[in-house]
Formats: sequence, C-alpha cells, structure tokens
Amino acid sequence: MTIAGRVAFLAAVALVCAGTATARAQERTVKIGVLSDMSSLFSENSGPGSLVAARLAVEDFNPAAHGLKVEIVSADHQNKADIGANIARQWFDVDHVDAIVDMATSSVALAVSELAREKNKVLLVSAAATSDLTGQKCSPNTIHWSYDTWMLAHSTGKAMVTTGGDTWFFITADYAFGQALERDTTAVILANGGKVLGSVRHPINVNDFSSFLLQAQASKAKVVGLANAGGDTVNAIKQSAEFGLSKGGQQLAGLLVFIADVNALGLEAAQGLVLTASWYWDMTEGNRAFTKRWRAERPGRFPTMVHAGVYASVIHYLKTVAALKSDADGRTVIAKMKEMPTEDPLFGKGFIRADGRKIHDAYLFEVKRPDESRYPGDYYKLRAIVPAAEAFRPLKDGGCPLVTN
Amino acid sequence: MFEIFGLPSQALFGQLLLGLINGSFYALLSLGLAVIFGMLNIINFSHGAQYMMGAFTAYLLLQYAGIGYWESLVIAPIVVGATGILIERLFLQHLRQLDPLYGLLLTFGLALIIEGLFRNTYGSSGQPYQVPATLQGGRNLGFMFLPNYRAWVIVFSLTVCLATWFAIERTRLGSYLRAATENPVLVRAFGINVPRMVTLTYGFGVGLAALAGVMAAPIYNVSPQMGSDLIIVVFAVVVIGGMGSIMGAIVTGFALGLVEGLTKVFFPEASNTVIFVIMAIVLLIRPAGLFGRAA
Amino acid sequence: MTEGTLDTAAMPQRRETPRSLSVAFAVTVVLLVAAPFVVYPVFLMKALCFALFACAFNLLIGYVGLVSFGHALYFGWASYLAAHAAKVWALPPELAIIVGTATAAVLGFVAGGLAIRRQGIYFAMITLALAQMMYFFALQAKFTGGEDGIQGVPRGWLFGVFDLSQEMTMYLFVLIVTLAGFLFIYRIINSPFGEVLKAIRENEHRVISLGYKTERYKLVAFVLSATLAGLAGSMKALVFQLASLTDVHWSMSGEVVLMTLVGGLGTIFGPLVGAFAIVAMENYLAPFGQWVLVIQGVIFVICVLVFRRGIVGEIANMLRVQL
Repeated sequence: MTIAGRVAFLAAVALVCAGTATARAQERTVKIGVLSDMSSLFSENSGPGSLVAARLAVEDFNPAAHGLKVEIVSADHQNKADIGANIARQWFDVDHVDAIVDMATSSVALAVSELAREKNKVLLVSAAATSDLTGQKCSPNTIHWSYDTWMLAHSTGKAMVTTGGDTWFFITADYAFGQALERDTTAVILANGGKVLGSVRHPINVNDFSSFLLQAQASKAKVVGLANAGGDTVNAIKQSAEFGLSKGGQQLAGLLVFIADVNALGLEAAQGLVLTASWYWDMTEGNRAFTKRWRAERPGRFPTMVHAGVYASVIHYLKTVAALKSDADGRTVIAKMKEMPTEDPLFGKGFIRADGRKIHDAYLFEVKRPDESRYPGDYYKLRAIVPAAEAFRPLKDGGCPLVTN
Repeated sequence: MFEIFGLPSQALFGQLLLGLINGSFYALLSLGLAVIFGMLNIINFSHGAQYMMGAFTAYLLLQYAGIGYWESLVIAPIVVGATGILIERLFLQHLRQLDPLYGLLLTFGLALIIEGLFRNTYGSSGQPYQVPATLQGGRNLGFMFLPNYRAWVIVFSLTVCLATWFAIERTRLGSYLRAATENPVLVRAFGINVPRMVTLTYGFGVGLAALAGVMAAPIYNVSPQMGSDLIIVVFAVVVIGGMGSIMGAIVTGFALGLVEGLTKVFFPEASNTVIFVIMAIVLLIRPAGLFGRAA
Repeated sequence: MTEGTLDTAAMPQRRETPRSLSVAFAVTVVLLVAAPFVVYPVFLMKALCFALFACAFNLLIGYVGLVSFGHALYFGWASYLAAHAAKVWALPPELAIIVGTATAAVLGFVAGGLAIRRQGIYFAMITLALAQMMYFFALQAKFTGGEDGIQGVPRGWLFGVFDLSQEMTMYLFVLIVTLAGFLFIYRIINSPFGEVLKAIRENEHRVISLGYKTERYKLVAFVLSATLAGLAGSMKALVFQLASLTDVHWSMSGEVVLMTLVGGLGTIFGPLVGAFAIVAMENYLAPFGQWVLVIQGVIFVICVLVFRRGIVGEIANMLRVQL
C-alpha cells in the first residue's frame, strides 16, 4: 500500500472508531512498537527475538482481563540512526504508537529518546549500551533496562581485579563506545588496586586481530580486556584461541558479549571467556520456562538479556497503563512506572530509579569448556554476583538533570 | 636486542611476519579480481560475496556432510566457481558489448542479493568453524608465537599466486587467454572457443575468491557480511597494482599486508585508511598503477 | 560530416525547452505542492533531498559519462558540516546549508582532481576508495559523533523570519531548494558548457582534438555534481535533525546509483522519479527490513539486464518525447 493509501485507510478507520466510540469506551487500545535491528549486526542480540519476547509479554499480561487491547507493530532500522528516527517519528505522528521498545543500538536509542521527549511518548530501551541515557541525556520519557556500559565495566572490572586479575591490557575499538568502555573499566581497575599495562586502539570492523593480540601477549598482563562489540569481539576471541592466549596464562574478558556471540563462536573457541550479563536463560525455572516458549519461535538460538529486558519492560508498562485507568501521556506513564515496583518471572523484584535506570543484579559468568557443557545452551558458569545496589552507577554521579531536584 | 623506533626488534619482526601473512590473504583475493578484470574487463563487485560463499560452503559441508577442511579446500572453490559460471552464462555474457559500467552494476546487484539471502537465512552473528586438527597449535619462534595455521596460510597463498601467475603469463593456455582479451575475433578465427574460455576464466576467478574464503573460515568470523568491507580494500590493491597486471596484484597484496602491519604497531587507529592514502599517492605519481600498462 | 551514434533521449535538437519537459515540470510542481496534504510531509522531504542528490549524481553519469561510486562522500560530509554549523556554531539554517554545500565543493575539487586522472572503471574505483577513506575518518573524528552521529540539530529560523520547526514551512523550503537545484542542473545541461560535456561522453578524443581541455571540463562538472549533492545532504541534516555515518557509507553511494538507474540514466526527470520510488519502497518495507537488501539487488539486476532506460526513459521512449 502506498503511504497515501495507508493514511487514507487510517483516516477511514479513525472515522469508524469515532462513530463507535461510545460502544467501545470501556476498552482502551495500547500500541507498542518494537524497533530493532532485524537484519544487520545486532539482529541476533535483539532483532526478531525481541518481537517474540514482546508478544510473549502481552500474552502473559492478558490484556482482556484489564479492559485493554494491545497491538504490536515492528520495524527494522537496519542499525542506522536516521532510519530508526524516521520510523519512530512516523509511528508517533501518524500511526498512534504509544510506546517503543528495544532499540538495539545506542545511536538509535539516543535519537528516539529525543523524539519521545518531543512528542511526549514512551521509550523503553532494552538494548543500547550508552550510560548517557540515564546520565546527561536522561529524559522523563525514557527508561533504560537490561544493561549499560557502566554496569558492564564495573561488574567485569571489579570482579576480575578482586579475584586475582589485577593487571590488564585493553584491545579497544576506536570509537565512542569502545573508548567509553575502556575508560569506565580502567577507572574501576585502578580504584580496586589493579594496573593497566597498556592498550591498543583498533579501527572498527577489522578482520585480523593478530597484531593486537601479539601486543597483548607481549604485555604479559593477566587479563586481556576486549572493549569492542559484535563481529570485532567474535573475531578477537576466535583468534586469541588460535594464538594460545589462554594457554599462555592470560584470561580474556569480553566487556560486551551476548550469548548469541558465544553461540556463533562455539565453546571450543570461547571457553574461559569472562563476561557480565544481567540475565541468563538457565538460572531459574522462570527463565527456563520463558526460554522454552521463546525457542519455539526462534529455534537454534537462546534468548539474551535484551530479550528478557523487552519482556520485562513490556509487562511493567502494561501493568502501569492498566493501573492508570485512563489514557495518559508519556511523562505520566513513565512517572508511574518509576513509582510502581517491578516484578516479573525473569528479573524478579526490582525498581526503576528517578533517572530512568532499571535496577537489578548483575552476574559475572565464565564460558564453560566443551566437556563441561551437558546440553545445548549450557554455556555459562556463574562466577560472581554483583548485587543490584552496586551494579549501576550511583544516582548522583550521572549528571542527570532530572535528579538534581 | 636492539630497538627500532622505540620498539624492540623482536616485536617488530613479529608484526612484520603477521603483516606478511595478512598480505597473502589480500594477494589471494586480489588475484581473482585481477584475473577477471585483466582478462575479461569485468569488474566483479560480487567478489566479496563469493569469498563469503566459499567460507559458508566450508561451514555447510562440515555441518551437514561432515566434510572437513582439506576436502572443502577443493570442493568449495569448484562449487562456488560453478555458480560463477552460471552467473556468466545467464547475465554477464549479455553485457559484453555494453559499457563495463553495466557489468559493475550487475555484479553489485548480485552481491546485494547474495549477502541479503545469506543474512536472512543464517543471521548476522556468524557460524562456528574451527582450525583443522592437523594445523592446530603453533611454535614459539623466539620473537613471537606463530600459529601453525598462519604459517600454512602464507605458504599456500604464495603457491597458488605463483602458480596462477605462471599459468597465465607463461603457458600456452594463458597466452590464448591473453590474446583473446586483446583481439577476440582474430583468436576465434584460429578455432579457439573464446566464449567458453571467458566463462571458464570467470569461474576460475570466482573459485579463487571462494578459496580465500575457505582459508579465512577458521580464523575470521564466518558471517554474511565478511566480504563486503573487504572488497573495497581489495579494489584499492588492484588499482595500486595496476589493473591489468597479475603480478602487480600479488606484489601489492603482500606489500599492503606489510605496510598495514607496520601501521598497526605505530599508528593503529589509521590501519584501515592507510591503504587508501597509499592509493591516492600512487595515483598522483603513477596513474597507471605500479605495474600497470598505461590505459 | 557523419556524427557517431548519439543518444537522442539526452540531446535536444533545439535551443528552446521542448513542450514535454515544460508539461512534465508543471505536473511535478503541482503534485509536489499538493502532496503534503495527503502524504506524510517528512517522507516527502526525505524523497526530495534524495531526488536532488540523484539529480546531482545523474549530471555526472548521465551527461558526462563518469561513474562515481563514492558520491556519499559529498552528501554525508556536507550533512555533518551543516549539522555541526547549526548545532555547535549556532548558525541560522541558510548559513548552515551554505557551510555544508561549500564543504562538499571543496571535497569534490580534491577528490575530483585525483579521480579525473583515470577513466571509466578506474575512475569509479578511485571514487569508491576515497569515499571509504573518508568514511573511516568520519568514524573516528570527534566532531562527527562517530556511531551516534550529530543529533538534535536545530532547524532554526530561516532568514530570522520563517520557523522551520513547522513541518509545512520546512517542506516548502525544501521543495523550493530542490526545484531550484533541479532547474540549475537543467540549465547546465542545456548550455554551451553542457554541450561540451555531452560531447566528451560520446567521444573524448575528438573533443580534445577540437582543442578543448577536457580535464578541466570534467573537473568542473565533478565539482558541480559534488556541490549539489552537498546541498542535498545539508538539507537532509536539517530535515531529520540528524547527521550520521549512514550518510557517508558506501551503501549510500550504491543507493543513489540505484535511484538514478531505476529512474532513468541521462533523463531529466529520471532521478526525481527514481528517488521517490526507492524511498517509498524502503518505507513500505520497513517492517520487513531484512528484504530491503535483496530487493535492491534484484532491482539492480533487472534494471541492468532488461530495463536499462529506467522508468522515465521507458515512458519517454513510448511517448517519443524527451523527458
């Protein structure tokens, strides 16, 4: 259908709805948009799996029992900020979408956060690393779920240093995200008595890490930290196995690694890798039950903390909308979401802070050896828990304008 | 040991060796492209996608047929080369009389299709593929730890490059091919089946790309986009080497590996862009490329 | 004196504007002025910016015969500079656009100077490689914001009078600039300068033998094309209030080639139609984003094999007019 056709259709529908408004007054419609990277680099971490998670959340919430009707739409921003901003704008302006979830990339998240603020709608980010979303760029229309760079850096950095990994060498992707990750992790290492022996910056999307791994080996640091993401991380890990990094006594710490990446590497290459996540499918019965239903639609894969975050954020959003009993604008809904404590089968009990940060525990995992894995997906062993109170950047340190009143 | 520019000589030699190994990848990839362009005047923009297909074929052979690395080295180039022949027969031969631009656009479109289809089927994350058992491990050379697989890469690439160069420049078949490029009508008059040679040559070039893909599978992430950024670097290599010249592509490939290796040590953030800077410089001084014939 | 084969679709026989073109132009203007009342204006503005971009590209490929595979360089960097000028230097929109456009002109001059040295496919490869180099530079430079891009670019007040944050005002502005660019390109093509360019496309050696310094003509055409692409990019930065890496990536260069090819190489209205077609297609496919790449590839293949004239070219051929 052409755009003109679509708009005409919507106008017709609106007329019909207005005509039957009195009859339908009891049932409110809520429209949720899953905006993610469905086809490009982050499609496995987020992507179609997030849409599945959102649908499962709506199913579990049972809108009819609350007098609500929930519609889900989805779109692919292909990992491009302007496509993402465009779709979000159209969704808000023309398609009456009330809340957008997921995001998949920091650049899109920042752009859409601004839009949500401008149009006074709701944005629930489950997949973007930048801690600016609850820092300088915080917004009364945005909530940040799952993880952020501060949590990742702090968790992995502190846990490693306090368990003997006190000398580090960084292999960092030379752009804002990688630099932020290195900077945050360095601060944690130094604060806990460790040392950073050196670092090397590599351009993004480089295939061959041998040169950088050589430098890492020469430094003799106990821990080699990978401050990069996606294909770069996978390549670095694959090649560090080739160069016998772990056999030489050095441990590899991936600062942003998803279970999808481990799946792509295989345990042979990824064994011994240390990483932080806020959710793992095999940790509780609730997680396993969700994973079973999720895998029915996404065979061969395992849900990541992003998918869990989408599920949890949608459930909490719907609970809030039901509690508000009438159509409310974005700011009101978000304020209520911060007021109500969260509870869902995946993250358990938790709450949302004034700056929009969802608070929950963080876990340090180590990837199992092939012989330790008893069934498909049995990838992680738990090494440490970082309690929720310490897992995220303290409220006063973020520089969020919403907090200083 | 002595130091060079603040770097211990051991470290430097290690980096240079790694650079040479990477160079052999570039050389192998640009070889296929140079063969296709030099002999057929076709810009094969789908070269990166065909490299990716080679890697995926190796993965699929292992996954579904239990066929390992060594057999894949032979099977994958043949399979992908066959698809190349199909492409030539179905599409490219119709464009022979037209401006080479159309061949470029067609192969560009094919590259998009191939990458898109693989991405839809397999996702973007990548597939696991391990180094074959016989080549695992490595040896300590004193100045660095050299994985056995990397040593194999450099030896094999060098062999393939030199064999190809020899076949084209020094054998009778190669001379027919070169003559057919210069004057197809005359060569046809001698009774040589020129269209079939063209088709097979394209298939051969594509097979070389796939071979590079199989070589890459154990060490680089096997994902649908593995070829798309690499292709532009390879084009730069071929432009620097001189677009008609096989030896130019090989030499430049290795040289680029070395230069990139050095850049990674002294100025790592620029290791992506150094190739393009060199290309700009070479074009200013020698527009035909280092080994090229003036157009 | 016998001339070589000339492509009649691109070479008017008379000095005055053919009726078909005037009619087509009038129809286009009417449609575009009425459109924002039925169609989402932001979508239209996007299409208009890309239409100007495609027209600028078409100048080079359709009329000079030079394939630039790196046009995203001018589009994207103009976008960055315009965004930076509007946001950080707080310049009013008309100045921000001028800054962006000037950037593109300078980049076009430098890149063109390097690339013009070679012809045909070599030229295309060089433009691609230079664009890729500048892409990596954009990725790492601080002021471009890297992956995040430059966000929250203010639209400002045009000439201090018109509030561009009003969608309809912005739309009118974009429409006027695009049509002006379009007419400017038409004027270039149908001028003595344009005649020499077309002659260079047909047979460069003959033109040289006539005493023209073809290198200079090609460079000027290249810079003009880059400048107009920059104008499109600068406007786009203000429309979306965002400048990002997508604009300098080689896939953007590929997209503009696609738009021009689909619309019709070497036709006047081709790029306009092609841009609208491709932008609409991508918009429609947004829920199925994973198919966009494949479909673009299929369109490329089909256009090259059987649809070389493009939409407008086919229509012009059927009606036997010039479009």
